[in-house]
Amino acid sequence: MITLTGIHRVFEVGDEEVHALRDVSLHIDRGEYVSIMGPSGSGKSTLLNIVGLLDRPTSGTYELDGQDVTALTDEQQSQVRREKIGFVFQFFHLVPRLTAAENVELPLVLAGAPSDERRPKVARLLSEFGIAKRARHRPDQLSGGERQRVAIARAMVMEPAAILADEPTGNLDQHTGQEVIHLLEELNAKGMTLILITHDAALGGRARRHIRTLDGRVEA
Amino acid sequence: MTTNDVGRFAWRALEGYRTRTLLMILATSIGVAAIVVLTSLGEGARRYVRNEFESLGTNLIIIFPGRAETFGTGASLASGRTARDLTLEDAIALQRIRGVEHVAPLNFVEGEVSAKGRRRDVPVAGSTNEVQYIWGLSVASGRFLPPQDPRNATPHCVLGSKVRRELFGADSPLGQYVRLGDRRFRVIGVLAQKGEFVGINMDDIVFIPVASAQALFNLSSLLRIGVMTRSREDVPRVREEIKRLIGGRHGGEQDITVITEDAVSSAFDKVFVALTFALGGIAAISMAVAGILIMNVMLIAVAQRTSEIGLLKALGASPRQIRFLFFAEAALLSAVGGVVGSIIGQLGSFVIRQIYPSVPAFAPIWAVAGALLLAVATGIAFSVLPARRAARLDPAIALARR
Repeated sequence: MITLTGIHRVFEVGDEEVHALRDVSLHIDRGEYVSIMGPSGSGKSTLLNIVGLLDRPTSGTYELDGQDVTALTDEQQSQVRREKIGFVFQFFHLVPRLTAAENVELPLVLAGAPSDERRPKVARLLSEFGIAKRARHRPDQLSGGERQRVAIARAMVMEPAAILADEPTGNLDQHTGQEVIHLLEELNAKGMTLILITHDAALGGRARRHIRTLDGRVEA
Repeated sequence: MTTNDVGRFAWRALEGYRTRTLLMILATSIGVAAIVVLTSLGEGARRYVRNEFESLGTNLIIIFPGRAETFGTGASLASGRTARDLTLEDAIALQRIRGVEHVAPLNFVEGEVSAKGRRRDVPVAGSTNEVQYIWGLSVASGRFLPPQDPRNATPHCVLGSKVRRELFGADSPLGQYVRLGDRRFRVIGVLAQKGEFVGINMDDIVFIPVASAQALFNLSSLLRIGVMTRSREDVPRVREEIKRLIGGRHGGEQDITVITEDAVSSAFDKVFVALTFALGGIAAISMAVAGILIMNVMLIAVAQRTSEIGLLKALGASPRQIRFLFFAEAALLSAVGGVVGSIIGQLGSFVIRQIYPSVPAFAPIWAVAGALLLAVATGIAFSVLPARRAARLDPAIALARR
């Protein structure tokens, strides 16, 4: 489903060129549970950004569901990102002034879905993730675990092809982190492609397939 | 994203940053209120002047001797001829024109009036019975100059209320005599108090028949002639006939100036409309200041919400949607500011109307609508830069920051 071929990503820092990714080729199938691990600066965040269409490779091609997405315009990429990729971040990135339900609803709003279509979807996800009672609370009234559940519900609401989770437990205590990982794994068990970025070996080890990044290269 | 959702999202953003929102609404509303108040002042002045002219009577024509030249050198100068005087006979001739209701020849001379040993310097108006209709005079006691042949120099007079008080005190002046120059005039009436009208204090005046005034002050000409037509519709035709008739009497020379209330008041009208525009324009400058403030605050908003913008992009918001969201926010903000400002402005003009009841200070519709449009346009125009900056944010970097 995700096919990267010969991806390079070069940043220019001052006069210097920094090769964040060097000739990365990678294939991830639908329904896989993949962890991407590596020390900081090894290129794992850059890889995540490129897979999540938040960044464009300097060279190489990226096919998502058989479509070459590197050639798309910004507007078209936005649409692909909206429909096919769900993000879960370390710092949750909830909009502070919106309620939990409104945060979950946000991708549907951006997609222009009518509100009578949005409401049942949001309600179903919130109850599925055990946060229905917190629907009207704002992020600052929620615990860390609840916030991450809201974020996962938001990532799921568009029924994406893959979830990219970037250190999803990095800001949670051990116990809550476990719950969140179980939740993500449950989703994977139902067929969702799950890509987990972490530097925590124990966490990364749970995945069925491990990808290591080092110095801009990928070892599958 | 539906329009509804854009509006709601923008609204939530405004609610989320109260202080910022209130400050920007304040800035915009001051601009709008300034436009509304200043234009209402200009419009009030315009209506005030217009009312003053209309109180003269809308079917009034005034004839002056001499040609008011509006272009080039005077025709009379070029032809070497001087303007002829307006005479009493001219005034009498005007009565024949169809549609003319009243004709009032007028002389106006400063004279010394005395009675019972008291002396006063008073403006003396020589006219006829009909001037009372043209100037809207009414009599407190006795009667006004009687209708008669204007050529008759009868020795009676009508006193203004102040003159009466100063010469006769509490006594009734009716039937008494006053001395004007070397003649004696019998008082036949006293005017009701009226105050200043057409620049003349109607309380401090003495009316005598026009022929008496001409004899007394040794005049052969008139200062001017007032003509009242039967209706407003008659004015243009009567005006032309006056020109033709007097022209004929003056040997074919167009040596008079004929003005109508219409012409004068519309000239003033133009002046005041221009003034109102100018005031509105000056006030609009404050809108530019508000605009710069809006830009500033929106730029801060973009910086504050970097991670939120990054998030929206990650959730699939296109650059266009991001721009649109910021525009919507600015437009909403300035629209609210505009509405608040026009309410403040209307209150301001209400206060002005309370303080100066004679000035109908109502902001013209175009100014209120224009100020609102300007506010929204300013809000959007000055948020172009912040919105573009937001749309161009690199989501990867925006999200990496906390």
